[in-house]
Amino acid sequence: MPEQTSILDLKDVGYRWPGRASFGLTIPQFTLAPAETVLLLGESGSGKSTLLSLICGTITADAGRVRVAGTDIAALSAGKRDRFRAEHIGLIFQQFNLLPFARVIDNILLPLRFAPQRRARVPAPQEDAQNLCADLGLPTKLINAKAGTLSVGQQQRVAAARALIGAPPLIVADEPTSSLDAATQATFLHLLFTQARAHGTTLLMVSHDARLAEHFDRVVQMSDITQPHLAAA
Amino acid sequence: MILRLAFGSLLARAVTVAMTILAIALSVALFLGVEKVRTGAKASFADTISGTDLIVGARSGSVQLLLYSVFRIGNATNNLTWESYQDIAARPEVDWIVPISLGDSHRQFRVMGTTTAFFERYKYRTGQSLAVERGVIMEDLFDAVIGADVAATLGYDVGDPIVVAHGLASFIEHDDQPFRVSGILQKTGTPVDRTVVVSLEAIEAIHVDWRSGARIPGQSTPAETIRQMTLEPQAVTAALVGVKSRLQVFNLQRAINEYPQEPLLAILPGVALQELWQIVGIAETALIAVSGMVIVTALIGMMATIFSSLSERRREMAIFRAMGARPRVILSLLVLEAAMMAAIGALIGLALLYVSLLFAQPLVDAAFGLWLPIEAPTLRELWVLIGVVAAGAIVSLVPAIRAYRMSLADGMMVRI
Repeated sequence: MPEQTSILDLKDVGYRWPGRASFGLTIPQFTLAPAETVLLLGESGSGKSTLLSLICGTITADAGRVRVAGTDIAALSAGKRDRFRAEHIGLIFQQFNLLPFARVIDNILLPLRFAPQRRARVPAPQEDAQNLCADLGLPTKLINAKAGTLSVGQQQRVAAARALIGAPPLIVADEPTSSLDAATQATFLHLLFTQARAHGTTLLMVSHDARLAEHFDRVVQMSDITQPHLAAA
Repeated sequence: MILRLAFGSLLARAVTVAMTILAIALSVALFLGVEKVRTGAKASFADTISGTDLIVGARSGSVQLLLYSVFRIGNATNNLTWESYQDIAARPEVDWIVPISLGDSHRQFRVMGTTTAFFERYKYRTGQSLAVERGVIMEDLFDAVIGADVAATLGYDVGDPIVVAHGLASFIEHDDQPFRVSGILQKTGTPVDRTVVVSLEAIEAIHVDWRSGARIPGQSTPAETIRQMTLEPQAVTAALVGVKSRLQVFNLQRAINEYPQEPLLAILPGVALQELWQIVGIAETALIAVSGMVIVTALIGMMATIFSSLSERRREMAIFRAMGARPRVILSLLVLEAAMMAAIGALIGLALLYVSLLFAQPLVDAAFGLWLPIEAPTLRELWVLIGVVAAGAIVSLVPAIRAYRMSLADGMMVRI
């Protein structure tokens, strides 16, 4: 059975934003295999953010099934879903990923605070964070700097380190490179891929930029997996 | 770690947070200051007279007797005859007795006739004795010792002549028998500051040519003749009594209250002072209420600050949510933050109080005779501090619940 081994498995998922009758999302089938890197392409307004919220469990589907690492997250209570997200998913956003007033190290270790199992996988958090930073090409001395003082490119790498720490099975990245210039973009993606592969992590990246496609195992068009017209019907 | 992050978040908004904390600190300092003044005033009040076991006067109310004999407010309805006085003085329980004779005045200040024993026996502020600032205790019949306020208000110095008026606010003066200031007392914060003290004989002396409150026309006995006379009073206004053993106080009190020859009243000064404080003390409640309001205002100010910070901190909350924090964590973060602000404010307020006490203590003592002790915070004050922190946390629940709802709706995506 594919869903036994898949990291992410969406089946007949339907979602409608409360109070917005016309806008909805239906995903008949979407699956990610372990250690797969997938680029999800879509224009803004195509429901990418909604899909990510569904995967991360901050919203729950009205119909269908969302399985992350074999667990149907709709079956979990809201609190358990938050904990589940912390345990299983590393998140990278477009920008403003970090708490600017906190040190880099505190930002990296933040998800472990809410995920005891993930923390248990990291016996030496400080060293691990330092190694991740080094692997992502961040100067070691930055680890004690306030996150707000870093450049945007450096902040994105810190966000990547935060997503990678404790090796969650799935990393979800929402346009992580859109705030970076072309050269930094390439370096960032290279580093992220190296780390994801090293940890055997599944990587789902959402973007509108088709030029990134060459780096990924698989490219999926948002329009191929969704049926927005059905939701509206 | 969460505590450190909350602290870091506060630091990042240092200016607004500092202002909020300052407001809380000032309100706490004010509240505790008022509390100090209140307890200080109460203690000073209760210590207006100490070391005296009983005050004896003609029968009236205990508060009234206290008012006219100690505070020199109002008048005695009746006097204590000299025979009764001597009867009491002769009782075996009595260790010492000091007569007080009131009725005359100098300008706006009362004149009190007594014996020199008054200066040894009258004690205030837990056993402190009266001390002479300049000059000496009266030696001559026409010597007067004046309180600090009298000297300061009228600008008198040792050696100045003063004329005593008959009665109070009277135009008839005993100008035939002028007094001389022999000594000025140190400030005590008691009614003694506003008193002109003369000897009991002097009170008799100035009334030698008087009958029924008016001067006998044409009669004027020269001072030399008066000095030769036996000046024994017919009556005094009240008497301060000390007993040999405190156990005998109630016996003596009953004996005096049941004195068959004359209706008399003996009161325990401490009890009467407390009765009086219950009347005066209404003002303290008002004072406390007002400073309590100031704390409430500061806390509401803090609530407003947290509220206005919410929109700029949606990102921060979304990050926490994305990292797996439950909305409950967001709520407790904000409450924790408020409690930290309140706690820091309360501690700074406490420090502020002690620093200002350090400076104000001698000034307040000199100006008002009010002694504000500098001592470790009382249990009551600690409860006030804890109360401020708790109230801060409770008040912050309002914006925290709003943040909870916001983070529930926003999830990890914030569209700004």
